[in-house]
Amino acid sequence: MSPIGGADGTIVVADLRKRYGELQAVDGVSFTVAEGEFFGILGPNGAGKTTTLEIVEGLREPDSGSVLLLGEKPWPRNPRLLPRIGVQLQASSFFDKLTAREQLETFAALYGVSRGDAADMLDLVGLADKANTREDKLSGGQRQRLSIACALAHDPDIVFLDEPTAALDPQSRRNLWDVLRVIQQRGKTIVYTTHYLDEAEILCDRVAIMDHGRILAMDSPAKLVRGLDAPTHVMLAEGVLSVEQAETIPGVEGVNADGVSLTLSTRTPAPVLAALAERGALDGLQVRTATLEDVFLHLTGREYRA
Amino acid sequence: MTSSARRGGTASSFRSLSTAMLKGFVRDRAGLFFVFLFPLMFLVVFGLIFGKEGGTKPKIGVVGDGPVVVALEQSGAVELERLGATDDAVRKVRDGDLPAAVLAHGDTVELRYAASDQTQAGLVRGIVGGVVDKVNIAASGQPPKVRLDSQQVEDSSLKAIQFLTPGLLSWAVSTSAIFGSAVTLVSWRRKQVLRRIRLAPVPVSTVLSSRLLVSMGIAVGQTALFIGVASTPVFGLSLSGQWWLALPLVMLGTLAFFAIGMFAGSFAKTEETATAAANLVVLPMAFLSGTFFPIQNAPGWLQAVSQALPLRHLTDGMLDVMVRGKGIEALAVPAAVLVGFAVVLGAVASRLFRWDDA
Repeated sequence: MSPIGGADGTIVVADLRKRYGELQAVDGVSFTVAEGEFFGILGPNGAGKTTTLEIVEGLREPDSGSVLLLGEKPWPRNPRLLPRIGVQLQASSFFDKLTAREQLETFAALYGVSRGDAADMLDLVGLADKANTREDKLSGGQRQRLSIACALAHDPDIVFLDEPTAALDPQSRRNLWDVLRVIQQRGKTIVYTTHYLDEAEILCDRVAIMDHGRILAMDSPAKLVRGLDAPTHVMLAEGVLSVEQAETIPGVEGVNADGVSLTLSTRTPAPVLAALAERGALDGLQVRTATLEDVFLHLTGREYRA
Repeated sequence: MTSSARRGGTASSFRSLSTAMLKGFVRDRAGLFFVFLFPLMFLVVFGLIFGKEGGTKPKIGVVGDGPVVVALEQSGAVELERLGATDDAVRKVRDGDLPAAVLAHGDTVELRYAASDQTQAGLVRGIVGGVVDKVNIAASGQPPKVRLDSQQVEDSSLKAIQFLTPGLLSWAVSTSAIFGSAVTLVSWRRKQVLRRIRLAPVPVSTVLSSRLLVSMGIAVGQTALFIGVASTPVFGLSLSGQWWLALPLVMLGTLAFFAIGMFAGSFAKTEETATAAANLVVLPMAFLSGTFFPIQNAPGWLQAVSQALPLRHLTDGMLDVMVRGKGIEALAVPAAVLVGFAVVLGAVASRLFRWDDA
């Protein structure tokens, strides 16, 4: 299925299944992740992302299926493997009343790592000036970044992040994206879950879209979107062009006026834009190509709701 | 990783976990209050209330005058309150303001006492009766047939602080240990700190023993504080020869109650439940173990129940070595009971140990 990785992938997951009572939380999930890859598991809440991730991390035992991380089995608890993986948990879990630096040093010490790297890690996640601030005095975004720093404290090869950007304001989310990019540049393999499809499209090398415990599609975001063959939407301010005029432009497949803007659908955007330029109708023009949300809509037949 | 490097890792994990927990404890003001000041408040309040008990004399009302009243005054056994009228005195007794009143008119002496407090009534009747007899003998001019030579002996068990310090210290140590383990365990599970520790190559035993070390440090601090405060002249605790044997006993008590807390913490899902469970264990135990007041006067079956409680044995052992002047032989039974509780409940708790809520 995937050209990258194969049997010698850093992460090899085969046919995972996990049932909770009536709910089939994970229903036959397989994927491989190559070394240094940024892999995203996407889907709405309840899609089975977190359960999948927890099984891969070795926190839960699957009903069936197998996981290999760096050639090792994560379940049952495997102390040989643990130093090579770093996990950022969904809840920000810290020791009581310790400062950011103390949290990092304590977690590093659990792996027998010296304290010298703590400052470097705080710098990486942009918390150098908060080193002596207590964890409970940090903002949500800062706590999330500290949590990631703690997951990286022992310099693992694989980093798992569960919804790192959930519940963050837009500015904090963007700050975190920069952190995640730097981590990837350091050669780490990253597996992360999110319900923000736009974010995954920007960050991930490859994504798996999950719904109801299954992977519906898996590829690079660009290939998934291109594979859709969805029309490009060109939006103009209302009144720049009449609906009749718009319909006469060659290549326009549909026109929709909603009182605020006029939206033209086309699969050949270049000649359409040229024609609009000729008519001097480029003021306030916006072009929207298909996104992963359209992919999700196409795969499931329903609108994406995070 | 070589085995020596791994051992080094465990040692550094143990050190840094202990440091982290100690810092967390020291920075928690409410925690400090409940561990140190709250039990100390009990010591101070009980010490002041019961400290005077040995010196209080019954206070009785007196109406009129005469040789009996003079002799009562000289006896020093009672405090007298002079009252003007008989009605006044009787009303005060009836209202419970005074346990008794002596009404002296000439050679007749009447004693009116309240029936509600039999102990006080008996005491007052004895004293007044004795004084009346003395006056009668003196008036007869005969030498007394039997001479009573009474002298006071300073009995250490009389002083409340001698009893209160070991008892309240046992209670404080056991409460801190049980809360320290139960609430920490539950809070770490709920906040997923346990999950994070599970993801690190560190044994569970390292995590628990580092918390136990902090609890033991806290217990040593409580012991020093209690003995320090109780030894001040205000309270006047006098320790017996081998009082320092209290330290190993405090360590064993901490161990036992830490294990009990672990056991409670393996069931509780929230910190509130853990707190309630710990209270449910430790409060009745404190009352039944003679930590606040002596259990010797309780009915036999209650004393039997009390013998099954680890806190009873901790308290007994502490009393023995701190104020009763006993030596290391007094530690045998308490040590055996406390270690027994620690081993059994610790084993059960480790079987029930859960990293996660789900």
